[in-house]
Amino acid sequence: MIAFVKKYEGLWLFVHSPAAMVAAVFAVVILWGAVFAPWIALVNPYDLASFSLFDGLLPPVWLDGANPKYLLGTDDQGRDMISSILYGARLSLVIGLSALAIAAVLGVGLGLAAGYYGGRFDAIVMRIADVQLALPAILTALLIDGIARGILPAAIQQDLRVAVLTLAIALSLWVNFARTARASTFVQMNKEYVQAAIIMGQHPLRVMFVHILPNILGPLLVIMTVDLASAILLEATLSFLGIGLPADSPSLGTLIRIGMQFLLSGEWWILWIPTVFLLVLVVSINILGDFLRDVFNPRLR
Amino acid sequence: MVYFILKRMVQSVFVMLAVAFLAFSLFRFVGDPITQMTGVETSVEDQERLREELGLNDPFIYQFARFTGDMLKGDFGFSYRTRQPVADMIASRIPATLELGVVALIISLLVGVPAGVYTALKPRGVLTQSILMTTLVGVSIPTFVIGIMLIFIFGVQLGWLPTFGRGGTVQIGAWESSLFAIDGWRALFLPAITLGVYQLTLTMRLVRAEMMEVMRSDYIRFAMARGVPMRSLHYKHALANTMVPVITIIGLQFGGVIAFSIVTESVFQWPGMGLLFLESIRFVDIPVMGVYLVVIAFFFVLVNLIVDLLYVAIDPRLRIRDVS
Amino acid sequence: MLTIKNLTVKFPSRFGDFTAIEDVDMTIKPGEIHGLVGESGAGKSTVGAAAIGLLQSPGYVSNGTLTLGDTDLRTLTLAQAHKVRGDRISMIFQDPQTSLNPLMTIEDQLIETIQAHSDVSVSAARKRAVYLLEEIGIKNAAQRIKAYPHQFSGGMRQRVVIALAVSTDPELIIADEPTTALDVAVQSQVLDLIQQLAKERQIAFMLITHDIGVIAQVADRVTVMRKGRVIETGNTAQVLGTPKHPYTQALMDAVPPLDRKIDRFRVPDVGDTVSTLGDFAENWLLEGQLHDLTGLSLKNLTVRFAGPRTSFFRKPPPYTALDDVTLNIKPGSIMGLVGESGSGKSTLAKTITGLITPSRGTMTLGDTALPFGKSRSRHHPSRQLVQMVFQDPYSSLNSRHQVGDILTEPLWFYGFVKDAKEREKLAVSMLSLVGMQPEVITKYPHQFSGGQRQRIAVARALLARPRFLICDEPTSALDVSIQAEILNLLKDLQTKFGLTILFISHNLAVVRQMADDTAVLRNGKIEEVGETHALYTAPKAEYTKSLLALTPVMPTYWQT
Repeated sequence: MIAFVKKYEGLWLFVHSPAAMVAAVFAVVILWGAVFAPWIALVNPYDLASFSLFDGLLPPVWLDGANPKYLLGTDDQGRDMISSILYGARLSLVIGLSALAIAAVLGVGLGLAAGYYGGRFDAIVMRIADVQLALPAILTALLIDGIARGILPAAIQQDLRVAVLTLAIALSLWVNFARTARASTFVQMNKEYVQAAIIMGQHPLRVMFVHILPNILGPLLVIMTVDLASAILLEATLSFLGIGLPADSPSLGTLIRIGMQFLLSGEWWILWIPTVFLLVLVVSINILGDFLRDVFNPRLR
Repeated sequence: MVYFILKRMVQSVFVMLAVAFLAFSLFRFVGDPITQMTGVETSVEDQERLREELGLNDPFIYQFARFTGDMLKGDFGFSYRTRQPVADMIASRIPATLELGVVALIISLLVGVPAGVYTALKPRGVLTQSILMTTLVGVSIPTFVIGIMLIFIFGVQLGWLPTFGRGGTVQIGAWESSLFAIDGWRALFLPAITLGVYQLTLTMRLVRAEMMEVMRSDYIRFAMARGVPMRSLHYKHALANTMVPVITIIGLQFGGVIAFSIVTESVFQWPGMGLLFLESIRFVDIPVMGVYLVVIAFFFVLVNLIVDLLYVAIDPRLRIRDVS
Repeated sequence: MLTIKNLTVKFPSRFGDFTAIEDVDMTIKPGEIHGLVGESGAGKSTVGAAAIGLLQSPGYVSNGTLTLGDTDLRTLTLAQAHKVRGDRISMIFQDPQTSLNPLMTIEDQLIETIQAHSDVSVSAARKRAVYLLEEIGIKNAAQRIKAYPHQFSGGMRQRVVIALAVSTDPELIIADEPTTALDVAVQSQVLDLIQQLAKERQIAFMLITHDIGVIAQVADRVTVMRKGRVIETGNTAQVLGTPKHPYTQALMDAVPPLDRKIDRFRVPDVGDTVSTLGDFAENWLLEGQLHDLTGLSLKNLTVRFAGPRTSFFRKPPPYTALDDVTLNIKPGSIMGLVGESGSGKSTLAKTITGLITPSRGTMTLGDTALPFGKSRSRHHPSRQLVQMVFQDPYSSLNSRHQVGDILTEPLWFYGFVKDAKEREKLAVSMLSLVGMQPEVITKYPHQFSGGQRQRIAVARALLARPRFLICDEPTSALDVSIQAEILNLLKDLQTKFGLTILFISHNLAVVRQMADDTAVLRNGKIEEVGETHALYTAPKAEYTKSLLALTPVMPTYWQT
């Protein structure tokens, strides 16, 4: 067992890094909660019938006036806080992960090709990336949203909310993947095993995906965690600004926005509980990302 | 070197054109300008006439050329929402955003760079570990949460600082500035910190990583072998070389600062461009959206060009041709 | 006056302490050039780093004494130790490119160093610096001093590095592979410089290198190390010519001589398991190609690249990598290609294999024309007939693929063997043919040493059933003893299978051992080509003569 752990260097480091382990625990717990939310939550925040105004504004269980059924209290609509944050996390994660996946596939694909073919193709991809970079992530996301609003008929806008949001976030993240993949690919192109494969006459797609891709996964994995955190933050920010998910299908960002209203009035839990939850989630992801970065770059240890 | 600068300028122009194209496409394809401007009562013939007059039936390229030409002259069209010239609307908001952004950037540099250097040179100290832990959290907190927390602590609980708006501003020519009145600074303080914190942590981590990399290089080892005094080694040799890649990133970050200002302005109700943009999104006010795009891209491109020039000034390898 | 006794350096790791060097003894007198030689992992650099106090953390000295004159180096405080550096001990490194701060002028770096150790004014320091540069052999020093490092060529840069090290007037300079990255002619000049400094300024040198020829040429005394321990030490002529220790003997046996050709290197018996496992592969290879020995003919081959753009308006002049190269490689023979860095050797290899497209000329493989890179289809027969063994064993095998997959790839790609099990059987057999065990099949490349990886690379090349093999510096990254094994392997395989080989190297001695004919390449042009023995004993071209004269070798009369 010990030998097994020592063999996989990454595992060994993980077991010896308290921060990483704690972060992983939190992340896993939140993930489980999010995945199984519909089964473990008391209240479905989307289902208007499952909660009532009469239960509204109840404080968490350790303060006076609480209802033990709602451990962390309720918001102004009567929704249980725990349920809300679980569903909210669910939404945040779904959007974050989907956006990440799209950005990764798009970015890595383009980056690989740009690194492999070089020349004009590379120049074009880089120009596009330049333009994208000139417009920071939030801007791109807001723009896509605005455009969607303008183009799509009002009727289906609500339904497509999630899709538009995901697309917006994905488009602001792909450049990161593309640049990293491209830079790593350039390095690999000079390596002799790639030259050996090309000399043999292998098809470019095979060289790119069977030979090069496995060797550039390291830095890409690191970016994935960082960008996952970015994606979640971005979604939260957009929702907070009112551009993201609305109050009847709230993500964590929306919940915080709702909570803002109560900043001055004393029902602090409506604001701070989703906030802390979001923080824990993102910090965990970042810790894991840092950890991965250290694993893949042994010199920094 | 001249070639390098020229090449960068051409690239910048290209980027600007591309963004302008994007903005223009927005105009043309999202929503109909005519219906926005005229309302329901106008007859179809009148609408057609208006269309003809405004040249909306001309070929795409002509319209784009006109659009670009107008922009260069400073004519940015009219807002759908307020019917005001967009140029005026944006111009009135620029000082607020720029001052906020610059102050935030300065804060992030003043704290971030020294912190990065310190943590790189003393990797095992207690202070280093605590700084690293703090920055980890700092990178994870969304800007708006920082803003809310600051408002809560300093505005609500302690009541020291105002929680929204610009407070006292001083008019200097066309520029409405917060920097010249105590009240202005009081109002600027919290938003600037909010905006600056994220940039600060990024800068710090970057400087640290680069510096640690540089400290491992051969020329540092050689300088140590020659007995060059440690202080000179750390600053003249290591830090100078670290700053080269760091400057590029800082340039990129400026773009981030402008972008995140949207969020900060929203939280603090700071009357800058970001807030204007948000409102324009809500109302699908295409002209403002499009122009905002172009203005942002312009700032970004400008900053990057300056960064590139700085690069050339600092790194002799770009200035003087390789003779080997 | 540098005395090292029982020096032991350890590196703590999570697997326990790793001992880098153990019980090392060494003495260096003033003005003596002391060579420290050994293969990779011997610990030579660690000794040097420990002496100057610049061990890579977390390494530490666990035992032993280090004295410089009267000073006990181990008892110094951090500040005192830093003072000693430069003042009394200095160090220079292998790569002149990365040894100098790219942002500071040579002048600034020199003045700063001089002022760090002596209390002089800036102008006095500058005068000293200029004088030093001229002594080192840089002409026009007063002007050149204002330049930046990247404006100097490699050899000049190393001289500047030496100037910087000497500027503080140290008693001892530790030189860690100072000439390994340099061309033969430049190396010769730098070695002369080191000898001059040792004699005139009485500076002692600890010359760390893996190149026995260099040691033979300049070192007064030598210490041989292996796996962290001292094997033998003494006068250079005695240790290298008549070594006492069997390891040193084996080491010297593995060094390829420049003046004659030996049939096979004497390598220590690795316990030959005479196995028939390799026969299967051997028969498979032979059945494919008994009849045709294939030669390669190149005529007027020219390769041009676009030069770097320096102006917006003018198109840059093209850079000619290969200029009118005509070469005829006889079927079944080994052609050696000798050239220094930048001569175009790699470009030639890449042109033949189709990675680079020439602008002029023809290539003929056997009796069919070889199409140029861009027009060569991916299914062209030459893709299979021409195979290559690369220089860097650490990048020529895909570290994410299992050895089995790497080896079987040519088998299914070229359609030789349809059945997966058959392929694996053949791969295992081929491994045996190159001297590796069957279990290797399921492992990953990073689990093997450089020499072992090269064997795998050779096996992979053979599994494509080639007729023409290009070996591009196949042993340049390997230790001398491993190199001998690999060269033996290549010789054996070539004889058995009738391969035609283009053997590329910058090492003249190695080429002499391998090649039937030799071509000398310089700046893209063939300077001379001819039968190996004739070329080496009676070279015609000036360049060839100077190359042979300047290559450091051990004088044969030492081996009495």
